[in-house]
Amino acid sequence: MLEAIVFYTLAAFVLGFGVLVITARNTVHSVLFLVANFLCVAVMYVALAAEFLAVIQVLVYAGGIVVLYLFVVMLVNLKAIPEAHMDPRRRSRLGFIVASAILLEVSAILVYAARRADAMPLPAGGGDGTPMTGNTEIVGWLLYTDYLIPFELASMLLLVAMIGAIILARREA
Amino acid sequence: MVITPYHYLVLSAALFTIGAMGVMLRRNIIIVFMSIELMLNAVNINLAAFSHYWQSAVGQVFAIFVIAVAAAEAAVGLGIILAFFRNKDTLNVDEMSSLRW
Amino acid sequence: MHLHGTALWTLHPALCTLHYPMIETYVIPLLKILVLLNAVLVAVTYMVLLERKVIAWVQVRLGPMRVGPHGVLQPIADAIKLLLKEDITPARADRFVFTLAPIVSMVPALIAFAVIPFDSEITLFGYRIALFVADVNVGLLYIVAATSISVYGIILAGYASNSKFPLLAGLRASAQLISYEIAITMILVSIVATAGTLSMVGIVKAQLEAGVWYAFIQPVAFVTLFIGGLAETNRAPFDLPEAEQELTGGFHTEYSGMRFALFFLAEYANMIVVSAVATTLFLGGWLRPFPNVEALSFLGFVPGWMWFLLKTFVFLYVFIWIRATLPRYRYDQLMRLGWKVLIPLALANLVVTGIVKVLL
Repeated sequence: MLEAIVFYTLAAFVLGFGVLVITARNTVHSVLFLVANFLCVAVMYVALAAEFLAVIQVLVYAGGIVVLYLFVVMLVNLKAIPEAHMDPRRRSRLGFIVASAILLEVSAILVYAARRADAMPLPAGGGDGTPMTGNTEIVGWLLYTDYLIPFELASMLLLVAMIGAIILARREA
Repeated sequence: MVITPYHYLVLSAALFTIGAMGVMLRRNIIIVFMSIELMLNAVNINLAAFSHYWQSAVGQVFAIFVIAVAAAEAAVGLGIILAFFRNKDTLNVDEMSSLRW
Repeated sequence: MHLHGTALWTLHPALCTLHYPMIETYVIPLLKILVLLNAVLVAVTYMVLLERKVIAWVQVRLGPMRVGPHGVLQPIADAIKLLLKEDITPARADRFVFTLAPIVSMVPALIAFAVIPFDSEITLFGYRIALFVADVNVGLLYIVAATSISVYGIILAGYASNSKFPLLAGLRASAQLISYEIAITMILVSIVATAGTLSMVGIVKAQLEAGVWYAFIQPVAFVTLFIGGLAETNRAPFDLPEAEQELTGGFHTEYSGMRFALFFLAEYANMIVVSAVATTLFLGGWLRPFPNVEALSFLGFVPGWMWFLLKTFVFLYVFIWIRATLPRYRYDQLMRLGWKVLIPLALANLVVTGIVKVLL
């Protein structure tokens, strides 16, 4: 019962802030709603017993990536007044209709799948045999043993992205 | 009422749809990028929900990789936006069609 | 027999826990949160007085002496003054963001206190109460996440003032904060590698098992965390973003009254958080000096939380001492220190910690 209340409240907040992100007129407000959305998603991860993922979401996504977005918005705002960057043609009615159609379709598919197969059978005795000692330990174990190569590749990707971003945004002095 | 993974799937689909609408309907390129982040978050919710259901941490590992790739993409994308803005002084995607003039 | 609603609990304290699970799960955490928040807010207001007094004594003068005996009531006078000041909002400023910025500065500093352990367990009125609000598995990361949210307060304050100077100052201050966050996070990773757990209570217990505070095992990390903490809280010598001589007052130029006060209270709260984290990680939290030596067990008469508060107070005093002594860094020197000195030091510390942990 409590779980249902928590889920529905969180879902309402996540979707509400999501809609506000794409419909806010002021870009800075849009970024703030995005932060609120990410924080609500982090709470949802805690509800899913993924506390390491929740803290990483706040630390990296809400505390790093969106700060970057905010920086760019501020630097753009410095040069020109914010009203110059409004969208004249937003077509919100058409957007709402198309969005509802897609959502109805996806929900229909999901409900059909749920009714057809009776409950996905839960595998006996854990997912893949790793010792369930704590969320961070399990994730770390997997990252450093089974998924070591993607881990190293991700680190190289981040290095390349960092160098690329520095070069792209550098002033031609 | 028990919260099944289907609830999280519907939530994830809804958030993905909202992000997709943002990408298609807004003209400000920063809003477009933020809508892409919304879509990536929807995918992450999906992965975390399944990871919880199957009691396997692989879903969370995948979600961490998604976050890492999203960080790299945001950095490079915003660098491109800044460089473009310095030259053309516009953030409207309709005016970003030609790189020459 | 259901004892709810009877006074039978007065007969024996242990009867309480039998039929009152409500108290353990709801009332005690709520009381802990209330006591903690009130204590932190009072401590933060009296930090203002402490700083003025200590800096005054360093400069061979007396500081506030008029209000109350030796100026003890000065923070109350300051609070009344700030509450009565006129609330100015700049014209054409974003009102919502203008009001939100001080709140976003203050709240993460307060919620970071939820995982700081003041003591392991004390017995009060027949209940065993653990002196921390929550022992999260990822407690240390939670604190880092909370401080990374407080960056928004500064950026939004600079933006909402609708003026060029605060905007640039806000961007500079937040660039400083996110640069030093990297060094701090790497230091915390090497501490986690030494302790083997991310939970704050677990780190103190690991120090109890090791028998020595981590300040002696990881001195480089200790010094680097302290310097990073100075920069994270915008304290001297890294207080360029908010100094009055620079950029006409920094990101809080347009703020007045209680909102202005909230920024500085947030800074002091951040200082207390950094001191408490440094105490927990490096000085053994609530442990007495030489926790495993039997000869010094007479020190155990001082309760654990008193040791904790004493150590935190030492850190706060050193914060104020440094402010009174050292000149301010220039912005490019500040960034050079963060990126070119502290991050390589933290990385080297992490590598050496890893090597030592594998070999030993």
